[in-house]
Amino acid sequence: MVSPDEPHAPAPPLAASPADGFRPSRFGGRVWIILCFAISGLVLLPVLALLWQAMRGSDGLWSHLAANVLPHAISQTVTLLAGVGVLVAVIGTGCAWLVTAYDFRGRRVLEWALLLPLSVPTYIVAYAYLDLLHPLGPVQGLVRAMLGYDSPREFRLPDIRSMTGAIILLSLVLYPYVYLPVRAMFMTQAANLVEVSRALGTTRGQVFRRVALPLARPAIAVGVSLALMETLNDIGASEFLGVRSLTISVYTTWVTRSDLPGAAQISLAMLVLVVALISFERWARRRQRYSTSAQRHRRFAPRRLRGGAGMIALGLGALPVVLGFLTPALFLATEAWRRFRFAGLSDSLIVEARNTFLLAAIATFAVLACGITVAYAARAFPRRGVLIAQRVATLGYAMPGTVLAIGILVVVAGLDRWIDSTAQRWFGVSTGLIFIGSGAALGYAYLARFLAISVGSVEAGFSRISQSYDHAARTLGKGVTGTLWQVHLPLSHGAIAAAGLLVFVDCMKELSATLLLRPLNFETLATHLYAEAARGTYEDAALAALAIVLVGLLPVMLLARVGRAADRT
Amino acid sequence: MTQSTHLTRAILAGAAMIAGAGAVSADELNLYTSREPGLIEPLLAAFTEATGTTVNTVFLKDGMAERVAAEGEASPADVLMAVDVGNMVDLVEKGLTQPVESEVLAAAIPENLRDPGNQWFALSTRARVVYAARDLELQAITYEELADPKWKGRLCIRSGQHPYNTGLFSAYMAHHGAEATETWLQGVKANLARQAGGGDRDGARDILGGICDIAVANSYYVGRMVSGDGGDEQKAWGDAIKVILPTFEGGGTHVNISGAAVAKNAPNRDEAVALLEFLVSDEAQKIYAEANYEHPVKAGVPLDPIVAGFGNMTVDSVPLTEIVTYRKQASELVDKVGFDN
Repeated sequence: MVSPDEPHAPAPPLAASPADGFRPSRFGGRVWIILCFAISGLVLLPVLALLWQAMRGSDGLWSHLAANVLPHAISQTVTLLAGVGVLVAVIGTGCAWLVTAYDFRGRRVLEWALLLPLSVPTYIVAYAYLDLLHPLGPVQGLVRAMLGYDSPREFRLPDIRSMTGAIILLSLVLYPYVYLPVRAMFMTQAANLVEVSRALGTTRGQVFRRVALPLARPAIAVGVSLALMETLNDIGASEFLGVRSLTISVYTTWVTRSDLPGAAQISLAMLVLVVALISFERWARRRQRYSTSAQRHRRFAPRRLRGGAGMIALGLGALPVVLGFLTPALFLATEAWRRFRFAGLSDSLIVEARNTFLLAAIATFAVLACGITVAYAARAFPRRGVLIAQRVATLGYAMPGTVLAIGILVVVAGLDRWIDSTAQRWFGVSTGLIFIGSGAALGYAYLARFLAISVGSVEAGFSRISQSYDHAARTLGKGVTGTLWQVHLPLSHGAIAAAGLLVFVDCMKELSATLLLRPLNFETLATHLYAEAARGTYEDAALAALAIVLVGLLPVMLLARVGRAADRT
Repeated sequence: MTQSTHLTRAILAGAAMIAGAGAVSADELNLYTSREPGLIEPLLAAFTEATGTTVNTVFLKDGMAERVAAEGEASPADVLMAVDVGNMVDLVEKGLTQPVESEVLAAAIPENLRDPGNQWFALSTRARVVYAARDLELQAITYEELADPKWKGRLCIRSGQHPYNTGLFSAYMAHHGAEATETWLQGVKANLARQAGGGDRDGARDILGGICDIAVANSYYVGRMVSGDGGDEQKAWGDAIKVILPTFEGGGTHVNISGAAVAKNAPNRDEAVALLEFLVSDEAQKIYAEANYEHPVKAGVPLDPIVAGFGNMTVDSVPLTEIVTYRKQASELVDKVGFDN
């Protein structure tokens, strides 16, 4: 946030001249462009490696897919995505509006508590609810007791293992991807416009529909697309809940039929579709600009709700937290407690928690730095090449993580082997596999996979800063780099912190690339959890799952503090 | 600036590794496994105690073959361990293994449970059996009968694309041909009480939960549930079922394997062979039987009492190497009949 005594730029119009950006004539400019290309090159390499795999060909794959797989898989995938998309948009935007436009008892806790489901991986929420809602679980047991039945053979409720179940469960943990950016938008962007509308006599409902919602559209689009890509990447929860999505087909093609080229072909086809959809959304709002003056807004004055209305608001806002976080977390805690009483806390768990935290922290730092670089290069030099590079940098998020991991493997192992053979030729020593052996390959995998999150969030943050600030900085003799440090970073630190949280939590939960690329004798909480779950020792798994949730809480708390501090300035 | 710092770091890391690798490699062994680490830990601990060789492990679920292939000659992998004969054959076909001529292995492992070219070796076997509700009047069943309409709405099974099931379906194909297998799969699909999915243990759990009466699952899970190793909850699942050893008409019970191979570029080949030989010793085979509830490959090593209680098993006579050849076709049939949908 800008401090109040900073000189205010005159409020610019909602459009900027086409000649936006710096000319990269100075040295500083060229470095930004080169870095941007280098970073997107890093993301592109594994995709190219997959393309190379795909070109090796797969006999009869597509005729088989077209006849037997695609009709069902596509309809399942579309239903799942549509359902999750609508639900996360409604929950995320609704909650963001609720805690921004209204004030009620418990609102300040709710503001950050609504982020908590982020720390629960989709496969864990699926597993927890399957257990809770199974005919043998506590819920159905209670229902039977109340209705006077002795055995589940006499009475049971419909199975949670269904498309509806999958849509609801995934949405319950993915809505924060929407809530986070939309709330930031409401707080900074919408506030003054909303105040003006209200002064003009518009009702709160109309303000939401006609001002706040249209303004929040880029944020909703970013949030929903992140949530949908998480959905598309999900294998664990889908498998648990019996949804046969395209991603499951990719997996089957690769693992059951040992047809990696085929799996790569399906993934790349999916990638093309995703990119087309995202481009369409951007094209559809190409004429809109979302920046206003970044001048210090008046605090959005929420309406005070008392008594019954306040209780209802709190109840509504708390529902996603209870269902998406408290229920699975309490379930895990109970399971973990049984285990803990039985075996205590193993040393390995502490080591794994440390590994997880360090790895995620280092990766988050790198992902943020690269994301800021790319988003800023695209803002400062919005030329076709740079803008394409910016899009390319987000490709890694749009394909199944298992498949991307193979692409990374090919690239990193190739590099490792080249270093090893070069060292042997020149110095007569073997270096072994440097990047895979040191765990650096994991950092690369997280970068390639999650760069989209940081580029997207930072870009959204920058989009709220008027171009006139860039112009003013230039007039005052600031270079490209100086403008970033003194204008863009301070003005968008909320968006950057939010991106950091999302990336950190995602790195921590990441499973497929971590399993495939980690060095010998190296475990994270997620891989430990997976191994225990694969063995069916669910109580051990619960302990690791709880630890993931707890480690994931740290950045959520941190972000909440950053948010509060920003509120106070 | 940053680029060069990265490079320096990489070089330093490399130097550290060289130093590390040179000092201790003689007493080390690197194991890539897609078997759960918890299951093989007792075996590895026993090996280390017997030989003094430390075992470094990485548990890879999918993509073990891809990783070893990508690492090429620089791969640190010595031993590759996996379940399902298809996975073992895959490793061989991708040229990632090397032959091991060992009298110890040849003497301990029956000929049909190792690669004719000595590229892979089975270390334990497991049967694909039927769990039935304890009070159900059922003494025997054939795999063919799983498609009998009398089981309509009463059968649970995991995804048809899981290797344990594609293995079974491939065996069916070896017995009856593709067309009959397709009809059979349609029949089994029509009998499902719920969508195919979950794990093998969910079969027992859903029988207790009243969702189904019979389930198709692997034999060793029963031992893990009934013994209480998996907790009280799972013990209740295990106690709710009895095990029936199904057979093919005119054949026996379908079994699959867990196995291991020595990696083609194994830096510690001697230790790798030593581990394989240790794993077929009486001591290790006993652990396979008692801790994992699998069937030992070595004759004379007794079964765990829980597993022995299933009755005498006649192993189906179709060789594993033949079953493997039908795997892709079986997987495509699963898609074709919409088994998992």
